Amino acid sequence: MSTPIPTRSPQELDDTITGGIGESPLRPDGVLKVRGEFAYSSDLWHEDMLWGATLRSPHPHALITGIDTAAALAVPGVHAVLTHEDVPGENVYGLKYQDTPALAADRVRYQGEPVAILAADHPEIARQALKEIVVHYAVLEPITDPERAAHDTTLPKLHPDGNLVRYQRIVRGDPDAEADVVVSGVYEIGMQDQAFLGPESGLAIPAEDGGVDLYLATQWLHVDQRQTAKALGLPLEKVRLTLSGVGGAFGGREDLSMQIHSCLLALRTGRPVKMVYNREESFFGHVHRHPAKMYYEHGATKDGDLVYVRARMYFDGGAYASKTPVVVGNGTTLSVGPYNVPNAKIEGWGVYSNNPTCGAMRGLGAVQPTYAYESQMDKLAAALGMDPADLRIRNAMSEGSANVTGQVIDFPAPVAELVQRVKDMPLPPENRTSPVDIRELPGGASNTTHGEGVVRGIGYGVTIKNISYAEGLDDYSTARVRLELLGGEPVAMVHTAAAEVGQGLVTLQQQIARTELGVPRVTVPPADTGVGDAGSSSASRQTYITGGAVRNACRAVADRVFARAARQLGRSPEGMALSGGKLVASDGEVLAGLADILGDEAIEETREYHHRPTYPLDPETGQGDAHVQYGFSAHRAVVDVDTELGLVKVVQLDCAQDVGKAMNPDAVIAQIQGGSAQGLGLAVMEEIQVRDGKVRNPSFTDYLIPTVLDMPPMRIDVLERADPHAPYGVRGVGEPPTISATPAIANAIRAATGLELPRVPIRPEHITGT
Amino acid sequence: MRVNVTVNGEHRRADHVWEGESLLYLLRERLGLPGAKNACEQGECGSCTVYLDGVPACACLVAAGQAEGREVRTVEGLADGDELDPVQESFVERGAVQCGFCTPGLLVAAHDLIERNHQPSDAEIREALAGNLCRCTGYEKILDAVRLAAARKVEAAQ
Repeated sequence: MSTPIPTRSPQELDDTITGGIGESPLRPDGVLKVRGEFAYSSDLWHEDMLWGATLRSPHPHALITGIDTAAALAVPGVHAVLTHEDVPGENVYGLKYQDTPALAADRVRYQGEPVAILAADHPEIARQALKEIVVHYAVLEPITDPERAAHDTTLPKLHPDGNLVRYQRIVRGDPDAEADVVVSGVYEIGMQDQAFLGPESGLAIPAEDGGVDLYLATQWLHVDQRQTAKALGLPLEKVRLTLSGVGGAFGGREDLSMQIHSCLLALRTGRPVKMVYNREESFFGHVHRHPAKMYYEHGATKDGDLVYVRARMYFDGGAYASKTPVVVGNGTTLSVGPYNVPNAKIEGWGVYSNNPTCGAMRGLGAVQPTYAYESQMDKLAAALGMDPADLRIRNAMSEGSANVTGQVIDFPAPVAELVQRVKDMPLPPENRTSPVDIRELPGGASNTTHGEGVVRGIGYGVTIKNISYAEGLDDYSTARVRLELLGGEPVAMVHTAAAEVGQGLVTLQQQIARTELGVPRVTVPPADTGVGDAGSSSASRQTYITGGAVRNACRAVADRVFARAARQLGRSPEGMALSGGKLVASDGEVLAGLADILGDEAIEETREYHHRPTYPLDPETGQGDAHVQYGFSAHRAVVDVDTELGLVKVVQLDCAQDVGKAMNPDAVIAQIQGGSAQGLGLAVMEEIQVRDGKVRNPSFTDYLIPTVLDMPPMRIDVLERADPHAPYGVRGVGEPPTISATPAIANAIRAATGLELPRVPIRPEHITGT
Repeated sequence: MRVNVTVNGEHRRADHVWEGESLLYLLRERLGLPGAKNACEQGECGSCTVYLDGVPACACLVAAGQAEGREVRTVEGLADGDELDPVQESFVERGAVQCGFCTPGLLVAAHDLIERNHQPSDAEIREALAGNLCRCTGYEKILDAVRLAAARKVEAAQ
């Protein structure tokens, strides 16, 4: 293959760092990143490359009656202008349902939907030329109310089957049970954005075989490859994807953005094409977290035992399905939280609308109900006159509990302990008597208060999140491990297609190989589609699933080393192990140097890891063993609220989480800190504001994410209750802290103010009532 | 137009620069220095922070032509050859780097803070870094790294 690779292509990672499982070695990409030399997808560059750009619909809902590209094509420096007519394969893709056009044909269903693409010599020429494309629209009334979309059959159908993506019901015990104490509420959650910093971007290079090589930032190379190849009308092997540096993901890179478009332009022009979204386009170019409206009713005995939960929840999926079916599945099956509830009736609807498309984001489908049921738990505690933490502990599920779908938890579930641990952590001093540093108060250096009108509150949030893919999906990963002598030293290579998106997977792959093969040096080449599928870097699954695949491949390599050594040494391979670059017997005796056994002949093995099976939910009752594993976390938030201005300062945010096994303790802490920051964002500031289907704040000026001034210090308590079913006992880490942080902060603001606050993010006007 | 600029101590010239191009575009796409990052290109996230005549600036907000005859120092210019600056070293050691996209801008901002103030308080660190968004870390490890870098700077000065 003589296709050139881009300048600034993915670099070789440091293979001199040491440290095995349970230690916290440094990142092998750390030095590259601090030197500014790590090549992110927006840094890729190629001589002769063109710049791609996308024309997007200004309307949330319209028919396309004509597209004229002649004027754009006539702009000097423009090399191609393409529409849906230029898509050679199937002009439709999607993660769950094939319902999303690569380029809109006869209709647009959301503001920002791609309609045409072009390639030009300079990004500014490309942007200017977009204005020359003439699209004739017949504007239609947008569908924007998800509840109506679920029930009103008189609305126009956005897709052939109507506007319902998925309905799921769960009935457990007696759905009409009655209780002594009943509380109810209606809760709403706004549309959060992943707001990863690295923009959607990549470089497509046409290949001599008529195919294309795409270097990009993504979460799942193979699912991109399948969807892209189908649209290009090419066989899979002619569409090769290589991961370049990923500037964060958080679910927002699960759906396609520029993949098909850049390849189409590269194949049409015969030149490399780079596409980079700017921040505004990024807000239109990826899916967001589903906003939701949830009706909840909890019933309990006078003593505080939960008797029933009844809930109806509506998830707005926007224009295309994306992960909406999974959000409904997760949302309903996790709807009662980490609590024992004998009776339940739960209904969830996921719908199409003309709002922005919503899909995967950290905490998928669990963020919404957790906010609702944790609000309800505080309301119930108040009705019972109980301490909110004690009510949670009293009802906490544990190993052996059955959840709302009837699945028995056959692994540790230390929910009560997590709550107790955050409850027992020391509280920050009240600090109101001495002169106050105004930077520590709501409003900070803006000098809006010196403490007058400021009240403090404490709140709890607890969650349960399913790990990995569910409801019967065969979820797996592949790893290729090679052991050979390089310069006389045994070196292991771990090759997977698993996406490093910042979470530290490359570090972990090295740690596992160093531990399993007893070699200090491990190389990790760039992830690409030249090795088997690794699944997605999402659902908190990669340490578990790809970690399992790397372990399996390493053990297969080790077995071959043992077999070879057994032949060479004339003894049984029983009890042999690899440690410190040596082959040792079970009694610790050194049998040989690994280098001597390996000689010139490398050993390479490829293995998969599949988690144990899960099963679909019964469509009528919603019962079933849908999930493979759960993660649990608990937060306690302390907030100060300026009740006059409605400003909130989160003073402290503490977390306890069970991670099964801390494979890299520092990385675990980092996940909890970063996840908690995103939960804080949803509680008090982050929302894509949509009115009549149009986004009002597509910029970092108006979509606010937490700064270093917004994030308080955290105390973190990590439990390691090994899951006997998971490799090394691991439990997914990434998502739970995002989920439980939001209700902890919302509950703390309620505790401070006494207000209902049934919607997040909580904005100043919700607190001041203006 | 033609732009002459000193970047990381080296004189650089770029021809055929379009008047609307930013310093960030000039550095990244014309001079082959992609260290400064393009996250918002609106001066909100700080990912493209560079020194301009010794003062931190968002390269996305500076027109390329405004850099004519001036000195720019980017993240690529912080290390002394193979030797990392203490602030770079501390970011690596303290796990302050995850996806790393915000890192170059944060490093320049933190470097500037420590140059000005060898013993910053936590409040001063927070204030100095408030213009740099990070989506991965929750900032705690970044604070750790800056504290460590400051301590090392003091140590080195003694």
